[in-house]
Amino acid sequence: MSQANTPASVPVIELRNVSKTFGEVRSLSAIDFKVHPGEIVGLLGDNGAGKSTLVKTVMGFHRPDSGGEIIFKGKRIDDWSVARARGLGIETVYQERALCEKQPIWRNMFMGRELRNSWGLLDVQRMRSECARLMSEHMGFTSAAVHPDNIVTTMSGGEKQGVAITRALYFDAELVILDEPTMGLSLTETKKTLDFVGNIKKAGKSAIFIDHNIFHVYPVVDRLYVLDRGKVAGVYDKSQITMDQLIERLYHVARTGSMQ
Amino acid sequence: MSTETRKARPADNRVAPPSWLRRYGSQLGIIGVGLAMWLGFVLAAPAVFTNIDIYKAFAQTTPQFGIIALALTFVVITGEIDLSFPSIMALGTAAFCLLAQAGIPWPIALVGAFVVGAICGWINGTLVARLNIPSLVITIGTSFLFRGLELVLMNGTGVPLTADKYPALHAIFREPVWGVPVQSLWMIAIGIALWLLLNRSRFGAHVFLVGDNPTSARLMGVDVVRVKTKAFTLVGVIAVLAGIMTSIYGYYFWPTTGDGFLLNTIASVFLGGTSVFGGTGSIVGSFVASYIIGAINAGIVSAGINAFYTQLCFGLVIVVSVVLQTIIERRIRRQSITGR
Repeated sequence: MSQANTPASVPVIELRNVSKTFGEVRSLSAIDFKVHPGEIVGLLGDNGAGKSTLVKTVMGFHRPDSGGEIIFKGKRIDDWSVARARGLGIETVYQERALCEKQPIWRNMFMGRELRNSWGLLDVQRMRSECARLMSEHMGFTSAAVHPDNIVTTMSGGEKQGVAITRALYFDAELVILDEPTMGLSLTETKKTLDFVGNIKKAGKSAIFIDHNIFHVYPVVDRLYVLDRGKVAGVYDKSQITMDQLIERLYHVARTGSMQ
Repeated sequence: MSTETRKARPADNRVAPPSWLRRYGSQLGIIGVGLAMWLGFVLAAPAVFTNIDIYKAFAQTTPQFGIIALALTFVVITGEIDLSFPSIMALGTAAFCLLAQAGIPWPIALVGAFVVGAICGWINGTLVARLNIPSLVITIGTSFLFRGLELVLMNGTGVPLTADKYPALHAIFREPVWGVPVQSLWMIAIGIALWLLLNRSRFGAHVFLVGDNPTSARLMGVDVVRVKTKAFTLVGVIAVLAGIMTSIYGYYFWPTTGDGFLLNTIASVFLGGTSVFGGTGSIVGSFVASYIIGAINAGIVSAGINAFYTQLCFGLVIVVSVVLQTIIERRIRRQSITGR
């Protein structure tokens, strides 16, 4: 936390003046956003505020309109892409889970970064066994219950989310983005997910945490961004604002579109 | 509380890994269909079907479209279709003939032909993937385009490809090796290579992901445009190989080369269990299905059955197999969704 407030610490990721327009619709306008090392940043805002667009821009899925800059650890990167972002250690648990449901679990787990052997061929055996290990160690699935060869369609919502979360966790990311990770989860699964967010911080990594439920977000974050209609409506250190004040301001923003 | 927790746990009702049958069901199914049909032929005409000659006959002709079916499997798994490969067969072979006639040595002319096929496939892939045009529509267009270009280039005339003029090509694509039809050796070699490409390469893994859910694939850093373009390019190159193999087999390049290949090839892919919806499919399935389609042709005629029955038989085998596959697939799905 103290680290986050030191001006000297270089942000893991920084967005400067980033806008994103889809046809006539401006989803993001002139966003300034940063995440410091070891910091958990909350992202709040109503539906359509631009949370998911912001996340997908950070991930390289959307290209920002010209004039916007993406800076990774102090270095401006122009050819930002999902592959690049993942290569640099940014992982996301997407709201829509981003699974390929006709495929077995192991294919989903290693999607986009499949393991290869020394011949350059896919190491299917290792992916299967790694997958089984991850599912039982990290998501608490007993290895018999969820087999790496099971097709994702056949799994429950919580199990699918488990795959998406484990996938982000496994690759030892610098920055983990969680976009509504608790949606559709049971109580225990939700708790497990929130614990996971806490562990990110303990491991000295950073996270961006998005959730509709402010009661989930507030306790785990260090800093909060409030988005409204594509703009940053406010940035708060947790030490500066209580949960009640925050709720009040969110109502105010929703009504008037401004923080004041 | 404790009952609550237990309830919230992932259900423990799915204890077994998917069975072998479930995982390879459609591939076993197609092999079963093949065996059943073969038995039927043997019973119908034992004299013909216990003689090696009939097998040699369709082992020579089947790979001419079968190798394209193997490559087309990639495109279908990505959720697309290519209807222009018969024209690419012709255009590529025409390129070979023109280059060879211009005095260029045959190996270089052959490479030139493959380059033409790759360019055609790349054009298809780019139009489909980059511009997001439905492949069903655009490959009809490019089919006319490539065929038209070929007809203009050849001025509608054919080229003899005799053994004394192209001995090497005849050795590679026509002469049996130790009595085994070389065409089927090519089919096996290409089958193994493409199986590895689909199941043991990153490109192959991405082919499945792109066909299953392109948005998810993109979110996880898969370059959807590139994967699709590569798949179409593969079909282009293999189509040219098939065109040359077919022309050498007939000692002559006909400007109409490729006519009649379209439905056989596509039927092989679907009969082999590759889903038209993308995301699932197999090389083994397409391989066996090609031979089934090829055998029907040769089998009906050799069994002394009136050739008019060929199409009827084709239709029957394809419709029944695809219906069965769909039913079995649904069963498996439902079974595993409820976990019982």
